[in-house]
Amino acid sequence: MAITQLSVFLMNQPGALVDAIKSISEAGINIRAMSIAEANDFGILRIIVSDSDAVGRLLSEQYLFSRTEVVAAQMNDRSGALYPILVVLNEANINIEYMYAFTGSGPEEAYVVFRVNDVKTAEEVLNANGIRTLSDENLKI
Amino acid sequence: MKKYYQPEIETAPREKILEIQNEKLVKQVKHVWDNVPYYRRLMEEKGLTPDDIKSVDDIYKLPFLSKADLRDTYPYGMLGTDLKDCVRIHSTSGTTGKRVVAFYTQHDLDLWSDCCARAIVAAGGSEEDVVQVCYGYGLFTGGSGLHDGSHKVGCLTLPMSSGNTERQIQFMMDLESTIICCTPSYAAYIGESLKEMGYKPEDNKLKAGIFGAEPWTEEMRQEIEKSLGIKAYDIYGLTETSGPGVAYECEEQKGMHINEDHFYAEIIDPDTGEVLPEGSVGELVFTALDKEAFPLLRYRTRDLCVLSRKPCSCGRTHVRMAKPMGRSDDMLIIRGVNVFPSQIETVLLKEGYTPNYQIVLDRERNTDTFDIYVEVAPDQFSDLMGQIQKMEKGLESAMRTMLGIGPKIHLVPPKTITRSEGKAVRVIDKRKLH
Repeated sequence: MAITQLSVFLMNQPGALVDAIKSISEAGINIRAMSIAEANDFGILRIIVSDSDAVGRLLSEQYLFSRTEVVAAQMNDRSGALYPILVVLNEANINIEYMYAFTGSGPEEAYVVFRVNDVKTAEEVLNANGIRTLSDENLKI
Repeated sequence: MKKYYQPEIETAPREKILEIQNEKLVKQVKHVWDNVPYYRRLMEEKGLTPDDIKSVDDIYKLPFLSKADLRDTYPYGMLGTDLKDCVRIHSTSGTTGKRVVAFYTQHDLDLWSDCCARAIVAAGGSEEDVVQVCYGYGLFTGGSGLHDGSHKVGCLTLPMSSGNTERQIQFMMDLESTIICCTPSYAAYIGESLKEMGYKPEDNKLKAGIFGAEPWTEEMRQEIEKSLGIKAYDIYGLTETSGPGVAYECEEQKGMHINEDHFYAEIIDPDTGEVLPEGSVGELVFTALDKEAFPLLRYRTRDLCVLSRKPCSCGRTHVRMAKPMGRSDDMLIIRGVNVFPSQIETVLLKEGYTPNYQIVLDRERNTDTFDIYVEVAPDQFSDLMGQIQKMEKGLESAMRTMLGIGPKIHLVPPKTITRSEGKAVRVIDKRKLH
């Protein structure tokens, strides 16, 4: 299952982000979630889009990027909902490299995106504990 | 106080110097012909024998030597004496592919330390002085050159070597150093450290500093003079010719007197090799007139510079060279260390990077900053920040091993390095030294 995150290498300077987003915007592709990790000279833009193949094609001409498999776990958008998910991952000895979250289209619907060391096990333990995870198919809105 | 270390030579009339040079050159060419087959072959290729060189007027006929020759003949191919007659080895800071190993007999060390002694006396040194040598000791010529020169003058010599600034300052204060010898950037750093520690320039007993091994500006001189409360003297040399002391400044601070009784200087057109008249800018070429173990004839330094024979008010009659104003090759001098862009390329390729890079040099607090921007190849990219930072650290360490100094590595996306007319700009030097 899992979903595809596009990780884009950008310079940490004015104009870098707007240029990268421009083509995605013009192609009419929805960005479902995103985050940026920054260092002094560069940043890594991480995006989840409705059509990662199309965005990959757009970016490939100008950008250095990679496709990364990440786990998107569904949760309720209310207090205390994240904790049990983290407990499940922790008990399976899964290391979380980074994470971010986005809200879904339904009421109280949210998703947490995990970049983990072992995607397959993470999904298995989450699903076994009744936590739904998304696949790329689910993102095509 | 003595004004000169060897007045009879340092103030000799021009004719006398010329006479010494002629005599020594004829002898030296014979010595090289007899003992260095590599150079003998170069002479033979030009149809020359030692008989063709009767005075320095004939020197233009002799073939040049360059760093490439030294590389080809590494390590023993330029030896002019038996190894058993050599007593010391020094080596350049450059590493793989560019290494120069120089040999010295006791005679060679003596003439070298005489040269350094002249520089120390010209800076006001005598047996009353405490000379703090904070050039690096070891294979580098800086430490031992000034050290031995200081002994010759009879100064109390503090062999500090470089680094450990706190200890440098403690000894400078406690043992009342009067002359300091180091790279100009280190002198500036010591000056700033003194200030940070709350010392005023008049709190130390220093009166002079002898600084060399890297390019520095007139502004930097003034800054160092102010921060340390001293007069700052320039010194020039290279391992190939012996080390520091080939030329040195007198109190006039208007160019460095070349020790012409040991080193014959020419200025040539770097493209044609033609000898240029006095006052022209060109490449500096040295002939060691009486060194035994490493007797280089017409060695091309790659330093661009001007010579002046105008009389100097200090009374010395030896020709003066201006501060080198650049290089005729692509060598960079960073914090006193010779760096060739080709070395950086070698490391990048070995570590699996593309050779798309840019070196940026600047000066911060009078110390060179050394940054290398490197484009990342698609298969090296990771979405993990830690991974990229680990790559940067790994490359920094590989560079440090190769170059002897550590640059700051910045990994950047492909095609982001400035290109000028399609050609990548490899070096951006913002140090404004010339």
